[in-house]
Order: sequence, then structure tokens, then C-alpha cells
Amino acid sequence: MKRVCITGVGLISSLGVGRQAHLLLGPAQRDEERFAPFPIHPLPALGMESVIPRREYRQMENFQRLGTYAAGLAIADADAAGLVSGMDLVVAAGGGERDWGLDEAIQAELLSIPAEGREAWLHQKLADGLRPTLFLAQLPNLLAGSISIVHNVAGSSRTLMGEEGAGAEALRVAAARIAAGTSEMVLVGGGVIAERWDVMLAFGAALHHGPWCPTAERDGLVMGSQAGFMVLESEDHARARQARILAVLRDVRVDAGPEEGRAERFAALAPPSGGLSVAPMRGLTVPGAEMLADAIGSGFEATFPVGVALAALRVEAGAPQIAVHGFGHGYGEFSALVEPCA
Amino acid sequence: MKDHRGRPRVVVTGMGLVTALGRDLPSTWAGLMEGRSGIRPITRFNTTGMRSRIGGCVDFPGDVPGRPLTVAQRLVALGELALDEALAMAGLARPFPGPLSLGLPPTELEWPARADIMLHAQGTTNRDLAIASTAMPEVHRVQQVVEPVRHFAARYGTRGFPQAVTTACASGASAIQMAVEAIRRGETDCVLSGGCEASMTPETMIRFSLLQALSARNDPPETASRPFSLTRDGFIMGDGAAGLVLESMEHATARGATILGEILGVGERADTFHRTRSSPDGLAISGAVENALRDAGLSADAIGYINAHGTSTPENDKMEAMAMHLVFGETCPPISSTKSMLGHTLSAAGAIEAVICLLALRDQMLPPTINQTDTDMSLGVDVVPNVARPHGFSAALSNSFGFGGQNVCVVLGGR
Repeated sequence: MKRVCITGVGLISSLGVGRQAHLLLGPAQRDEERFAPFPIHPLPALGMESVIPRREYRQMENFQRLGTYAAGLAIADADAAGLVSGMDLVVAAGGGERDWGLDEAIQAELLSIPAEGREAWLHQKLADGLRPTLFLAQLPNLLAGSISIVHNVAGSSRTLMGEEGAGAEALRVAAARIAAGTSEMVLVGGGVIAERWDVMLAFGAALHHGPWCPTAERDGLVMGSQAGFMVLESEDHARARQARILAVLRDVRVDAGPEEGRAERFAALAPPSGGLSVAPMRGLTVPGAEMLADAIGSGFEATFPVGVALAALRVEAGAPQIAVHGFGHGYGEFSALVEPCA
Repeated sequence: MKDHRGRPRVVVTGMGLVTALGRDLPSTWAGLMEGRSGIRPITRFNTTGMRSRIGGCVDFPGDVPGRPLTVAQRLVALGELALDEALAMAGLARPFPGPLSLGLPPTELEWPARADIMLHAQGTTNRDLAIASTAMPEVHRVQQVVEPVRHFAARYGTRGFPQAVTTACASGASAIQMAVEAIRRGETDCVLSGGCEASMTPETMIRFSLLQALSARNDPPETASRPFSLTRDGFIMGDGAAGLVLESMEHATARGATILGEILGVGERADTFHRTRSSPDGLAISGAVENALRDAGLSADAIGYINAHGTSTPENDKMEAMAMHLVFGETCPPISSTKSMLGHTLSAAGAIEAVICLLALRDQMLPPTINQTDTDMSLGVDVVPNVARPHGFSAALSNSFGFGGQNVCVVLGGR
């Protein structure tokens, strides 16, 4: 098996863009007003329209723009712009943003429409109100599609759905392909937008509501907009092209199963103490772990790739081995080890 | 036991199908062999005023008009039928000794559920609904895409984290591809794979119609899906699911399983040209076919039949035919689109059509492309018009192309 190296990272969160903003986590940026009673970690002004070609920008939704931006950062960080035509892509993503202005306009009238005519009325409103290109901006795999179009990444392309665990499974598959020698270079990650009413409606029962409080004190998750992408390649491949190796990734483990077995499954893959936890809420955490969600919130599919990318930056800066671990708010348990390339 | 590159050979030991033509594999295959259409008017919701009002519907007793099953609920109902059938055919008991990899569509909160939340909300704004929804976890449970995957993983006792693969209309093929790769890497001896599709909701149909993707030829429904014809005007949505039990040949042989066929190769090529259109040179599609052939260690002349992506949109069928000529030359193998009978089952299509290829190989019979009263002769392909055809062949190609430049091809062999 080949050693799997991380040679580029692209990180965006409420703390900002890129390496400096994430190497030393600054004070958390929160917004408890705009989506009250749901606190969130919002994005700073990013100027994404200046890094994504205008024609493409207009056809994308924010999670696609954010992920595409972060993917570009990872490619540049790996100095791999010349290698994109054969680069493989594994993305974890959920659905995109609805037109919640239209939803709200429909909701304002819906229950006042007589029941017998309500379906036809609703369908007419949707047909008249929906922007034709919105559908493409909503499809999860169109994050990968947008990355292919904007950055010319043209190897294989797969997208996994399934909340936090899907982000870990995407990373596991990407690392396994490098380790087995069936891929030379993989771009892997995800991107999520928190500033959306539709996602609050979709995940309402799982969210923390009320004043913000730390992960260790809450049973619901606090969303944070974030994207994390990494370029993975074998050590041989990285050395042959004289790439800078940030860290080695190993033992990416992902499991899932019935609710009652969660603690056992998590204990089987997590370290006894310490490390970087991407836990969205209290529960399956290990003593002494740093809680990433307290700094940047939780980002569903993007959560685990963001944690691993951040660990790679710290390892490059001199940290010893870092265990990154966590669990999905409803499903899945996962961990990975990030360590220096000795 | 090893293929031309020294990798474990991957065989199929169980298959299941649910489509508009039948609730199991034999009934679907019989319908395809008869050249029968499964397309009919949609009855589970009101289609008044909608551009496209027909589909390859698989309805269930829970479908009350105006209050159909949610997408996630239908995915479960369809998937159970197909995966149960595949598992029984493979002679495998639960728990299944490997992981799950399925092509699935995204899901979201649908309007009937939204109306339910409104009954509990203080007002009609998104904020009002979101607050009301915090007390209604059951509403979420029947809407989230993670639920069908969780359900299948629990029902079949599969190992690891279940994969819900989405590459739009190539999802079923991508799921098979990920399963094949896991077996070849030696990660597992077997994978429960396939795809499920149930996106035929009013809002999704409206969205596809706004993209001019659906046929407006509602009457009579059976003639609407007419791939490779001069009057093709869009695809017809279809419900459906396929299950495949994939195993290393070594594992299947050791347990004395009946081998039904083999996944000889998989290949893909991302198209960087456009979100919904293929690169005009056809090279991304032909590149996917060539990658699949290379993976299988076969030359183009080894392919005896192509199950087309063949959606019946003007763009797809033209580009697909052109790209097949790039690979196979002036004379392509017979190429038929079973979407002419089943409709386009989107996320399940790649898996359903892989099973169809294996059945065609088993019976040495090609399913037809129906509704060929005006075949577009300029495309220069033999579409197996209207009537199933006996055919001697040993390898088939299944094409799947999705929005977002996703092109995936699977090469299948007989037993």
C-alpha cells in the first residue's frame, strides 16, 4: 500500500479564507440575530464573484460557489493546476438552496386556497416562479460538476450524500484509491452554506435553538458555513513532481449502524484522549479533545474534510500526529490520523 | 479468478428489478421482450396545467391522490423489492457480508409536509415554519435522503458506512463502479449495490420542464419516449430500482453461488464543457467508453450490444450516436434504449440497465427501442426497432450520462 500524502488544502469558514485564517483559530464569528433562534457561524465577505468566472458564477448556488472556491485553493496550494486533466474528484454534498423567497410567497397564500384547487394552484405558482437554472444549482453533484467546469478537473467524479458521515466516507474512498495505486491524485472535500432558511426547515429538529452555547453543553448542532478540499497523492507521486508534502493521512475509518451501538462503534475508532473533534454536539467525544465546532460551527458533509485539512496545516507547522474524530448528528462515526511525513 | 490486470474478477450473483413494467425481474424482462411501454398518466398527484403529465409510475397502496408517498418513502419501497429479490437470487442471508453502495437522488422537504408544518406554525414565514419544525422530528425522518440508506443498511445488515452515490443520471452506474473498485482493492469480497429512483414529484417535474428536458407528448403516453426518432422531444420520468449482488469470483465460487454474469470493466470521463450539454466533439463520452473498454481489457469489436443512455432528448441521442461512431466506427453494434419502455429512471437507470444487459446476455436476446415509426436515419445506428431480436454476443456496454458532465460506462459479460 502506498502512503497517502496531503499536498494541498483549501479552507474557507466563518474565520476567513485560506491558511492564515485557519492555522491559528481566531475568536469565533457568530450571528445570533439573522436566523434567530438558530445561531450560526456566517461567512465573511468573500468576493467569490471575482474568483469564479461570471458566466459560471451566475449558474451556481452558494454551496457550489464556496466549494468551487475552496477546491481552487487546494489545487493552487498543491501547485497542481497543470495536473487537473487527470485528477480524480470525490465530493460530499447535500442538496442546494431553494428559492425561499418564492417558498415564502407561496406559503403566505397556500392555506387560504380552497383544498380542491390547491394542488393545481401550487403547481402553477412553481411553474411561474421557479428560475429554470435553479434546478442545476440545487443538485448535489453539480458541486463536482462546477469544479470540473471551472477548474478543468476531468478525471473520475463521484459525489456522496449522507450528512457528516458522507464527508468521512468520501475521504476514506479517496485515500483508499491513492493507497491502492488506482488513482494518482484525488481532489476531495465538501462545502456547505449555513445561511439558509430551507436547511433550517429541513434540519430544524436537529438544530440547537436559543442563545449560543459550547458544543459540550448542547444537544443540537450549530451550523457554520464552511468548505474544505484537499489534494491527496501518493508519496512517490508527490516526490516525483517535487511537491511539498503537508502531512500523511492514514487510518480513515468510517462506520455506521443502529443508534444503540454508537458509543461502541465510536470507541473502536477514536483515540482514548485528545485530538481534534468535529462533533456537532455533546455525546461521543473523547477527554481533552479540541472542539472545532466551537470555532466554526458544523458543516454537515464538509465538517470532516475541514477538520482533516486543518489538522494537515497544523502538522505542516510542526504539530505531531493529530487524530481527527467525530460523529454525524444522526448517523455515522468516523476518525482519521494526520501525521508528519517522516 | 483474476482479470487481465491481476485484479479480482467481479461477478454478479443476484439481481432484482422494479420498474413501470413490473414489480420483479421476470415481469420487467417479459415486458421488455414484448416491446411493451410502461408509461401512463400520473394519478398520484394533480397534473393539471403541467407540461408533462405522464410517467413510468410505480405506485404503492400508500399513494393517496394528492398525498403520495414522499420520495424517501418510495425509495424505501422500491429499494426493498429490488434488493430483496437480488439477495434471494444470490442465496445470501442477512446480515449481508459487505457494504452497501446505491445510486440515489437527493431529497428535500416536499409541499404536503410543508403544509403540515404550516398547521403548527405561528405564521407563514420561513422562520415561523423552521421554528414549528423543531418540534416535528417525524416530518424530517420521512424526507431526508439519509433515511432510505439507513433503512437499507439496517434491513440488510451491511457493513461500514452506506454509500448514497449521486452523479445525477449516471448514479446507478457510479454506484456499481464504486462497488467494483472496493472489491478490486480487496476491501471486501462482496457489495450490495444498485440504484433507486422516485423523484417524480410535481416540483421536480416542473423543474425538468423548465429546463425543456421533458417530453410534452402526453397523448398517447406509450408513444412519448421515442429515443433516436425524428420526433423525440424529451424524456419521460420513471420510478424504479435495481439491486445487484456483486462478489469477487473467488468468493462466489467458494460458496458455490450461481454466477449470473460479470462486470468486466468500468470507465468514466468528466466533461468540463457545460452543465447540461456534452462537449460538441463527443470526446468526453467516447473517452468514457474507451476507458471502460481499457479497464475490461477488450477491444471495441468485442462489444456485441450497447444499452444506450438514449433518453429521447434531441441533444442526448444525437451526441450519443456520434460518440459511439467515434469509438466503434461507421458500423456500431446494435444499440437500443430501454428508456423507450421504462422512461428515464435517473439515479437508478445505470443500475437497471446494467441488469438488463446481463439478462440480454443470459438469453442472447436484445431488448428493442420501441416507438420507431420515424427513426432518425442520419444517426446511422441500428436501434433494434420495435421488436426484440435474437443475437449471439458475449459482452455488452451500458452507457450513462448525467448533468454536471458525468459520463460513466459499464462493460458486462455473460456467465
